[in-house]
Amino acid sequence: MTIPYAFIVPARLVHLSPVDVIIVVFYFALVLAIGFYLRGRANTGEDFFMAGREMTAWVAGLSFLSANLGALELMGWAGSAYQYGILATHWYWIGAIPAMLFLALVMMPFYYISKTHSVPGYLKLRFGEPARAVSAVSFAFMTVLMSGVNMFAMAKVMQIVLGWDINFSIWVSSLTVAVYVTLGGLRSAIFNEVLQFFLIWAGALLIPILGLYEAGGWSNLKLQIAQRASDQYVHLWSGLGSFTNNPMGINWIGIVFGLAAVISMGYWTTDFLVVQRILAAKDIRSAEMAPIIGAGFKMFVPLIVILPGLLGLAVLPMKLVPESVAAVTGAHSYNDVLPLMLARYCGPGLLGLGITALIAGFMSGMAGNVSAFTTVWTYDIYRPLINSKGTDHHYVNMGRWTTVIGVLISVGTAYLVMQFASIMDYVQALFSFFIAPLFGTVILGMLWKRATGPGGFWGLLCGTVSSVSMWAWVKADPSALRYVALSPHAKALAQDMFQALWSFLVCVIVTVLVSLATKPKTEAELTGLVYGLTPVPSVGNIPVYQKPVFWAGVVGVVFFVLNIIFW
Amino acid sequence: MVSIWFFIGISLLVNGLLILGAGLYEWQNPPAHPEIVLFKLHAGLWWGALMTVIGAVYCYYFKPGQKKT
Repeated sequence: MTIPYAFIVPARLVHLSPVDVIIVVFYFALVLAIGFYLRGRANTGEDFFMAGREMTAWVAGLSFLSANLGALELMGWAGSAYQYGILATHWYWIGAIPAMLFLALVMMPFYYISKTHSVPGYLKLRFGEPARAVSAVSFAFMTVLMSGVNMFAMAKVMQIVLGWDINFSIWVSSLTVAVYVTLGGLRSAIFNEVLQFFLIWAGALLIPILGLYEAGGWSNLKLQIAQRASDQYVHLWSGLGSFTNNPMGINWIGIVFGLAAVISMGYWTTDFLVVQRILAAKDIRSAEMAPIIGAGFKMFVPLIVILPGLLGLAVLPMKLVPESVAAVTGAHSYNDVLPLMLARYCGPGLLGLGITALIAGFMSGMAGNVSAFTTVWTYDIYRPLINSKGTDHHYVNMGRWTTVIGVLISVGTAYLVMQFASIMDYVQALFSFFIAPLFGTVILGMLWKRATGPGGFWGLLCGTVSSVSMWAWVKADPSALRYVALSPHAKALAQDMFQALWSFLVCVIVTVLVSLATKPKTEAELTGLVYGLTPVPSVGNIPVYQKPVFWAGVVGVVFFVLNIIFW
Repeated sequence: MVSIWFFIGISLLVNGLLILGAGLYEWQNPPAHPEIVLFKLHAGLWWGALMTVIGAVYCYYFKPGQKKT
């Protein structure tokens, strides 16, 4: 018999003092106040769905990063750092920085000058309605499901860490997000994401500072990890020569071509959840600078995510175990490492700030999902397929109602997950199915003028089907992983990387073949959508140190040096 | 329109003051058996002070009525 996930309740990790509770309550009051303050500035479609396209580079950049910096991300990757060591940093460096810089310098000008409201909207302009429909329906469906999964995960964490009732956490957080996004639209979501970004750093940065003090500095930390785990836990690249030389069971091909070239490129350049923040920038320079600013901060996120996981390996007295073992034995799981470190160093006040950082992380992720869902539903599903003759006011009202309905569907999903915990695994796997092929479709559309509408549609469909097929194959026969990942020693994470790589290639090959067999669009039809046929707007006559390409170079050099230092 | 940075200043200032106050109280009334590691460093005290200063600077610099965004 399987015990429903929600009823396995270990003892709470921490107890909040009155000052901690005041800090948490103040956070909720402030985000609601921002929503009410901005309610009068979301009356048109441009205001509600695109934040008036008036965000500065800093606001758009921090919001872009914050939408991705959910607490599941914080706690999950801290747990992964405990489990796999510093290799988890690849998801923050080579698995993010090149893609963010590519988005800024190559792809952003096309998104921006096409004045599209969304990534499916770009597909409509470039490939036609069928490609947009596939992309929009799959994105809307998966986004709202992911929001529910995240919501349940947050409620579960609050139950484990604080002993809060799971229903209380779900309803308070979801209603708060629903209120501030419904009132202020994307602008409210972005403002709160920037606030949440500051709170996450303020609440989490103390852990690595105090942790390094306790461990005796980085050199001593490495020695302690080598003694308690393995020397390979503190090397980024030196163990990636083969699948067996590192704790993750992956090789450099999977990291470079699967993670960096496909998954990361797909996520950071085509996932509308993050791209929407950049589309709200006030001008082309801000739109290019925003991902570069995001990349600059992204490089240092491992300080508050990976380092606490590594510190946990060295200083925590207990040994953490996988989630499946923790559910049976009552021991702490890998995912508990961040709250455990928080409880280790943070007294009254600081603990409240740390808990607020986790809640802020969850809510920024949820608001990101909901606002992206609202835009895609209204502009890419409702308007083209259901009611194309509504007024701007009608679509804004539809957006407000969709926000509420999206949150309610998310709550329903959260309760569904509560009964069937394994859904979490499936939903997260499903989400990854769409990212890699979508990147193939978008990048061919932007860079190759010969790509046609049927090519884009069939490439996207075949890429997605191939990804689902590989996943189902390994699910039915786990030994098939040796064929998907090209090694009998490959582990689960390697499957994701290679699955993405193959589905991307399937998408590209099918798109090319079908395009060559079908009639291309005229050059006039492709102006503003394809590289080579589009005069890329200039950022203006500004000093070198203000140009996006200069700062992209600076970020690139720091990225390179960091990888060498931690090789 | 009130700048987003003003809201951030308010958040840092209020949270900083609360943490600073809690830190001061614990400094003056230390528990016999502290539950946290490195209690002797009084992290709440200096972290709260740092947040208070940064929050105050933000509040002043981006206070409503200025033309900064």
